[in-house]
Parts: sequence; structure tokens; C-alpha cells
Amino acid sequence: MNRINQLFKQKSKDVCSIFLTAGFPNLNDTVKTVLELEQNGVDMVEIGMPFSDPLADGETIQSSSLVALENGMTIDILFRQILAIREQSQIPIVLMGYFNPVFKYGLELFLKKCELSGVDGLIIPDISVEEYELNYKSLFEKYQVPLTFLVTPKTSTARFEKIKNHSSTFIYYVSSASTTGKTGEFSAEQLIDFEQMKSEEINLPVLMGFGIHDSKSFKTACNYFEGGIIGSAFIRSRKEGKSIVDFVGEIKGIRTESVLRRTN
Amino acid sequence: MKFTIDQNGYYGKFGGAFIPELLHPPVEELKEAFYAIKDDEDFKESYLNLLKDYVGRPTPLYYAERLSKKYDAHIYLKREDLNHTGAHKINNTIGQILLAQKMGKKEIVAETGAGQHGVATATVCALMGMECKVFMGEVDIERQAPNVARMRMLGAEVIPAKSGSKTLKDATNEAIRFWINNPSTYYIIGSVVGPHPYPEMVAYFQSIISEEIRTQLFEKTGKVNPDAVIACVGGGSNAAGAFYHFLDEQVDLIIAEAAGHGINSGKSAATSILGTEGVIHGSKSLLMQTEDGQIVEPHSISAGLDYPGIGPLHAHLIETKRAKVFPITDQEAVDAAFNLSRLEGIIPALESAHAFAILEKTSFKNQTIVVNLSGRGDKDLSTYMKFL
Repeated sequence: MNRINQLFKQKSKDVCSIFLTAGFPNLNDTVKTVLELEQNGVDMVEIGMPFSDPLADGETIQSSSLVALENGMTIDILFRQILAIREQSQIPIVLMGYFNPVFKYGLELFLKKCELSGVDGLIIPDISVEEYELNYKSLFEKYQVPLTFLVTPKTSTARFEKIKNHSSTFIYYVSSASTTGKTGEFSAEQLIDFEQMKSEEINLPVLMGFGIHDSKSFKTACNYFEGGIIGSAFIRSRKEGKSIVDFVGEIKGIRTESVLRRTN
Repeated sequence: MKFTIDQNGYYGKFGGAFIPELLHPPVEELKEAFYAIKDDEDFKESYLNLLKDYVGRPTPLYYAERLSKKYDAHIYLKREDLNHTGAHKINNTIGQILLAQKMGKKEIVAETGAGQHGVATATVCALMGMECKVFMGEVDIERQAPNVARMRMLGAEVIPAKSGSKTLKDATNEAIRFWINNPSTYYIIGSVVGPHPYPEMVAYFQSIISEEIRTQLFEKTGKVNPDAVIACVGGGSNAAGAFYHFLDEQVDLIIAEAAGHGINSGKSAATSILGTEGVIHGSKSLLMQTEDGQIVEPHSISAGLDYPGIGPLHAHLIETKRAKVFPITDQEAVDAAFNLSRLEGIIPALESAHAFAILEKTSFKNQTIVVNLSGRGDKDLSTYMKFL
């Protein structure tokens, strides 16, 4: 069974997923970052494949992507790092990145390597559900690498139905119409959107991302959905040199000592 | 027609809409609005009236006698440089601002390279009383200072794009990011790039160029078609307009692209030669990229051609060998600009100068050809002055 489905079978609330940029801050940090996140109670990781022109990302992920590229990060190196992770860990791994590098690599080869190295899912924000249906569905299905689509408060009912039909692991709900990395509080309007989304009939777990940056926003995500995804805030904490144990502890709203006790 | 777009927004295998879900609603809204006006007579009337009285169309089709003599051909210049604001860009912004108005939009965002599209956007925003933000690469802000001043005088806010190579590619990224964060804004793309329906829409609004060429050429020569049409391509909007009504005719379509310091110099923007298939700014096309699919920073002396991609229509024309491409170096473009200035008394934009450089590259003996003179050279004087 796919590790993401396995996870949600065992855990249906407070699921914590963290996004990290592969090869950031140093080329070989990917493996130890993922392992450390797992040790500190993170349930799933999304590993960002850096791209020179990340359209949907704010400054934080733009700059971590550039650093990773300057470090020499490539898709082949990433697959080797994932194999290294898999020697020690069964944490669900989702790869997230823009379509161009994947397309250039060769979608079929890429999917084959995802399957072989133990990748559990993909998020490619610039493949729309229409393009997926038109040109790419058969390949994803052939290699059984599930693609997770983003759904926003503005996604129409008809599109949402389509997206649900093509999803098999979880729905990535975007908290607001924005690029990544916003740090404000959720507005009353957004809470109404979340309520609306919560009331939808969805046979899959939902994780909320974009703008989840502290324990309060993570708690909001968990109140409405199965859990939350933290990206830019984690990248910022890496830049500031904050320890992973402190960061995860803060997000989960538990004191660092208790996290330490649990992992020891 | 063999070269029209299909129902999914593709020209052959190029095009489509590779956009994050966040952009889907505004792109869908735009698509519906564009198809509603595309064949609407009232809309067309307001568009053509503004082109006539405000822009100054039709632009002349001028027989360049001394140039013709030099190259032993019958060379006609389509004088897009005589449009209000000095380039073809305003054909598109007039069309899109009318569409934005129809959609009830109040705020406009745009990207610009040389500043011509930025000026054309700032101009129509002033005309319609709309708020205007233009993203422009920091490098371009420096090398195109007069256009920055013009945009500001017209009331637009010029926002420097500081990411990446700080040129057109990055200005486009920033404009798209702004659109994601402000989806009620109308995004006026300046070239035949971007997600469907932009390439089709911009080509449609620029098609007035070839529509006029046909009529004017017939009036002057009795010929229905020229033997060849020559235009420069960055993203490709002026070429799309100049080629549009000749796509299915027996007319050679010839593209000048910016080779920078030379194809193999590492400082070039010759996408058709250096580019491979990929996705840039929301559509599948040819683009300059590394082995790992990272977009390469291009170089051209001309800010308007300094772009690592090419519109999907042009990728299709090149792939199917319908269009022929000549790479033109910075130096060849400058030489062509001086040549045109001294033979015909017309200082062309650096972008357009690339098209004229093709006359040196191949023979058009006794042929009737049209060169699209897409813009005037005032904005490039500081560059030209270095060669005086």
C-alpha cells in the first residue's frame, strides 16, 4: 500500500507535513533533514525540486531554490538522496516541483525512478487537471505514482469533481489566493471558505497549505482538515539556523523538552 | 487553416495552459470574455476606431527605394514605428484594455522588456482611467531609462523585478506572481506567450498588421501576396501580427532572432537554435534551458528580444519548417540600424534592426518583400551612441 494511504489509515487528525527544498541549505542536507523531521514527529515530507523560475512561490522558496541550484542540486542527485532516506525510513515522501525540469528529464523516466526509489506521490502545481487528462494521465497510472492536485477556495465545483476523480491519496487545499510564504492571520472570510471546504463530500483526507507558519495557523488547519503543510516557515527557520526540534515543537504547540523526551 | 490553434489551446504540440490552480479562475474568466468579443461587431468597431483616431492607423506601407536598390529587391517597410507610442505594442494593449473594461476591471498589471509594451500599457490605462502597475527587470530599467520616465509620466507605477537575470523573463515571473496574489487584476501580456488564450489573443489583436499589409500591397502593386515577410522575434508579437494573414498563403515567413554575441558565445537569445521543448510562463514551447531543465538567462543587446522562450505559434512554425529563422548578432543588428538610418532616414528600434540584418544574410533578388519595422529607435539612442 502507498505510504500516504497507510499514514492516513493510521492517523486522521493533526497530520503534520513539512516542505523542504532539496539540496538546501547544503547539497547533502536533504537526507538528514528528512530523517530529523521524522524523528521529531513529522508525519510526511514534501521535498521541493528546485526550479529557476518558480511562478507560484514567494521570496523564501524562490531564494532557497536558487541556493539549492547553486549548490548543484539535480533530479538525479535527489533520487540518490531518496534511496538513502529509504534505507532508514518509511516516511511518506511527496516530491513537489514545477513541470519543466520533470518534462526535460523525461516524464516517463522520472515516474519510473519515482516508483523505484520509493516516492509516494507528486505535486506539480503547473500541471492542471485538464492537461493531466489530455496528455499525462496514462503515464502516471502506468507507474502508479499518484499526482496530488491543488484546490483553492476559488476552484469551481465542476473542476473539484474532476480533481477528486483523479486523486487517490489526499487533496492539497490552498488556504488563500496567493503565492507561498504569507505570514498573516487567517481572515474571517477565509474561515468561511474553510468551513465550506470542510462540508464538501470528499472521500479523501485534506491537508491545508499556504500560509501555515506557526502553531496557531497549524491548529486552524487541523481543526478543519486532517492536517497542515508547512513550507516557507520551515525554510526560514533553516536560514535562521533554528533547530528542527525547536521548529517542529513550536508548530505543534508543544514545548521543546516534551518533544525531546518523546524522541529519546 | 493549418496554423490555427486547436480547442485545447495548442498549435501542434506547443501551447496549452500550464498554470497553478490559483490562476485557473482568472484565466478561465479571460478566455470566456475573449471568445465573447472575438467576433463581436461592436467590439471590433470600438477597437478599430481607437486604432484609427488614437493610434494613427493604418500605418503606411512604404516602398524603400534606396534600400531596394542596395539589395536588388522590392522592399516595403510596414511602418509600425509610426504608431502612437512608437511601436506595434499598442495594437495589443488597445484590444486588451477594451476587453478589461468590458470585464469591469479597474486595475492593470503588465510586464515589459524594452519598455515599449510597458509604455503602451501605461498609455491605454491613462486613456481609460485605470490603475497601472508595470514590472520591469532592474537591468532593463537601467538600459531603457526614457521608457521608464514615459511610463511614470503616464501615471504608471514601475516596479523593478529583482529576481533572476533581472530582465524580461523575471519581469514576467513577477507580473504572474502579482496576478496570483491579486486575481481580480487584469494582466495585459505584451507578447504571444503565456497560457492559452494569451498567445491566440495577442496574435489576434496584432493581426491588423498583416490585414493592412495585404490591402496596401495590393493597392500599390496589384499583388495579393508578397514573396516574403520578415520580422524579428523575441516572444514574437510583431511577427505573429505580420504573418497572421499569410500563414496559409504562398509567402515565405522569415524570422530574425537575437544571437547576442553569437550562437555559441554563451551570451545569446537564439531560442530556435539553442532552445528545446519545455514549459515557460504557462505554455509549452521552445526555450533555452540547461540539461536539468533550468531556464537559462539569455542575452541580447535589445531588451525586447532578451527572452529565453518564444511564443508557441512560432515554435510550431519553426518546428514544421513553415518559417525560416536567421540568428542575428548584436553587431549585425547595430550595423543594420545604421544602414537603414543612412539610406532611408529611419532610425529603427534595436529589435526591428535585427529584421533588417537579414537582408545581408540571404538574397531576395527581384522579390517583393515586406519588412515589419516594429518600432522606432529613440529609446535605443544611448546604445546607438556608443557606436557613433
